[in-house]
Amino acid sequence: MTKTMETTIEADPKLPIIRMTREFAATPEQLFRAHTDPALFAQWVGPSAMDTRIEHWDARTGGSWRFVSVREGEEYAFRGCFHEVRRDRIVQTFTFEGEPDGVALETLWFDDLGNGRSRLRTQSLVDSFEGRDAWLASGMETGVNEGYAKLDGMLADGAV
Amino acid sequence: MTADTLSRVFSALADPTRRSIVAQLADGDATVNQLAEPYRITLQAIYKHLRVLEDAELVSRPRGPQPRPVHLETKVFDVMDAWIERYRRRAEQRYRRLDAVLAAMNETNDEDGAHHDQDHGDNHRS
Repeated sequence: MTKTMETTIEADPKLPIIRMTREFAATPEQLFRAHTDPALFAQWVGPSAMDTRIEHWDARTGGSWRFVSVREGEEYAFRGCFHEVRRDRIVQTFTFEGEPDGVALETLWFDDLGNGRSRLRTQSLVDSFEGRDAWLASGMETGVNEGYAKLDGMLADGAV
Repeated sequence: MTADTLSRVFSALADPTRRSIVAQLADGDATVNQLAEPYRITLQAIYKHLRVLEDAELVSRPRGPQPRPVHLETKVFDVMDAWIERYRRRAEQRYRRLDAVLAAMNETNDEDGAHHDQDHGDNHRS
């Protein structure tokens, strides 16, 4: 049985960035499809308790997207633009419509590990540390939430 | 810890000088004079930063006639770790759903392969 590699997370000490890494038993092509095919994406993006309704989806360079998460009648809408869609990398913006001033710039990399395995690396850049930390604390479900930003370690190591 | 305290923690740490003070204190207690040393700012400015850090319960500074060292309150970092861990766990849950989607894609691919020598094509199966 293949060992599961859990998601790792890192909050950059110098930039308002959250990075996450996760390995998958799939090829980079499959991982790419799961991120660009709306029917597939809707199956995993939302929290289990929520239904995801894709309202608009044009996963091409210069395209855009919008989806709505529904829980007990309450709707949470998210939207953004596909800045660049490549087989090995997607760059997109991400906004929660409940906080329209906040825009995250997200980069996703699909690394080939061989033997039908791949690594997903994601990076979310927000416009301030406050924004990032509020985002971390809020429990807002993003397409790409993010082992471990040991904040004490990060402060001790990188902040000077 | 309340959300209010947490937002004070985050906003206190949004300032680079205060992050640097915290980093310095992570190596051990230090007096205000020692903390001021690396910066070209007045003691008064350091006190101002320390007040913000104290309000956020990130540091403590015992009052008294003698200058006492400033101390880093580590419990706050445990809480922030917990926030990030919670966030990470949510991501992990999402990626486990993605694992399932990817596994289903593999099965579909196998069926597609089988279609070549069977005659099912796009027929609906009952």
